[in-house]
Amino acid sequence: MEAIYAACVGLMTACGIFMMLRGHTFTLVMGLLMCSYAVNLFLFASGGLTLDGAVILGQSQQYADPLPQALVLTAIVIGFAMTAFAVILAMRGRADMGNDHVDGEEPQDPLTRNLAQKEVK
Amino acid sequence: MNLLNHLPVLPVLIPFISAILLLLPPLRGQLGRQRIAVIIAHLLSIGTTVWLLLTVQSDGIQVYALGNWQAPFGIAFIADLMAVMIVLLTGVLALAAHLYACAGDDVKGSFFHPIFMFQVMGINGAFLTGDAFNMFVFFEILLIASYALMIHGGGKQRTQANLHYVFLNLIGSTLFLFALGTLYGTLGTLNFVDMARAVSDVSPENLPLVKAGGLLLLAIFGLKAALLPLHFWLPRTYSAATPAVAALFAVMTKVGIYSIWRIHGVIFGVNAGELANMAQPWLWPLAFMTLALGCLGILASQGLRTLVANLIIVSVGTLLMAVAFNTEQTTAAALYYLIHSTLVGGALFLIAGVIVEMRGKAEDRFVTARKMANPAFIGICFFIAALAVIGMPPFSGFVGKALLLKSTVAEDHVAWFWSGLLIAGLISLVTLARAGTTLFWRDQGTPSPAEPVAIQKKAAIALLLLCFPLLVVFGGPITEMTEQAANQLYHGIQLPMGVNNEY
Repeated sequence: MEAIYAACVGLMTACGIFMMLRGHTFTLVMGLLMCSYAVNLFLFASGGLTLDGAVILGQSQQYADPLPQALVLTAIVIGFAMTAFAVILAMRGRADMGNDHVDGEEPQDPLTRNLAQKEVK
Repeated sequence: MNLLNHLPVLPVLIPFISAILLLLPPLRGQLGRQRIAVIIAHLLSIGTTVWLLLTVQSDGIQVYALGNWQAPFGIAFIADLMAVMIVLLTGVLALAAHLYACAGDDVKGSFFHPIFMFQVMGINGAFLTGDAFNMFVFFEILLIASYALMIHGGGKQRTQANLHYVFLNLIGSTLFLFALGTLYGTLGTLNFVDMARAVSDVSPENLPLVKAGGLLLLAIFGLKAALLPLHFWLPRTYSAATPAVAALFAVMTKVGIYSIWRIHGVIFGVNAGELANMAQPWLWPLAFMTLALGCLGILASQGLRTLVANLIIVSVGTLLMAVAFNTEQTTAAALYYLIHSTLVGGALFLIAGVIVEMRGKAEDRFVTARKMANPAFIGICFFIAALAVIGMPPFSGFVGKALLLKSTVAEDHVAWFWSGLLIAGLISLVTLARAGTTLFWRDQGTPSPAEPVAIQKKAAIALLLLCFPLLVVFGGPITEMTEQAANQLYHGIQLPMGVNNEY
């Protein structure tokens, strides 16, 4: 179980980081979402994975650590608010700058830019 | 329970409650009432912080268990001298910045006042909390408020700077959670006092994990504090923000520095066994490079606001070098310098705001422009702030730098620190002299039409400038207090303080 869980978290984080490295706000937001899902799962597992564990006293022989569950709940709420803000900001950026690149302008390929400059000369 | 028992939580609650009240009918949409209400809230907050400071000085560290859940299971607020002093600093800076904004900057966008109060709440909370996860929560509060404040007033430049700022910090928040998960999984606690105990007896197989988690935290705090490879967002963000907001942001980098002190200076400090001082080898060269790059930044600045933003990077580099020494004397000296540099950063941003207004189209760029209509007041203010930031007598910059130099005499690497600090001072002197002559003396054509500076703006700038001579006049008591604060930071944490007894 641990191996599958760890692999899933790792894969999601890797996908998230890959998408965050793109220069456009849409992929960036998607990457952030992926990463925040992954981190929620990661936090959940930080107390150790237990099967059939209760978090309330007197309900079971086995107990799960309740604190990571509280932490995850907080992290989910915060992540939700932050994602909403990021989406709105991305839309605002698209409207203000006319494109969705994080720098506000599409980077030109250095080769074509040099050619264009030579033509101007 | 009387009010006194709840004192440590009041600096967080007062801005929080006032922000909510500002959103409710008697105040909502009423600009005049809102302005009065926020100033009262700030004064109230400063008053309680002073009271808390006196209590901490007489009775020692105050621990407040929220909801009376005992640490390490509940969340504790730890009001030690250092935290309370920085909260007081935040209060004064926020009052000045907010006063400045009340002169008209607050109508450029909606919900300025409530968001500003939420921002203050987040900053105060981050300083007072005694729990790493709670620190994350307060970081998020101050960040989401700062995202909104940063973009206040709108415009293409702000949107562009805000995009970088927001996305970088969102990635930082995600990494913060990864670090906290790793630390909780290995140490089994996130309470600062308990973490310091748990770090010293980590089992050998968990050692690399704890180290990874701790260094990940350094990266996140480095992002907040603008440490070298993570500081590129700062000049653009700070120079694009509204003056009042930029002034308040001067304390935001200090949140990162303070967290490095708490986590890497104390928890992963000398008593951490195998992991003792693990951040220092990283912190030391990076801080020096930050200082060096900040100096290049101030030399290359084309406008006053960018110049001030780069001066903040220089002060961050200086402070982080002092943090890297991690001794009691250096921490005491650095705390004094931190107070001074935050105030001077804030004052310079406000002054730059007024200069932008007075110079019309030329704004704050270092070019020949029309003469300012009445440059006397703002010129004197600029002169005082420049003297303070360079570190010339008689203002607090001189005392701060002298204390830093004195406290590091016997340390290793002292040559690097001294030369870095002194050369940075020289470069600031040259650049600010050039900036001042260009802004005030190099003019042509008819003077620009006279627009009187609003009285609130004058008052805000005067309030901050007044702190520099006061920091010198009361230098004795203040340095005594910073020494006591540094002592509490390193030794208070092992005292049986109520939270400890429960384990």
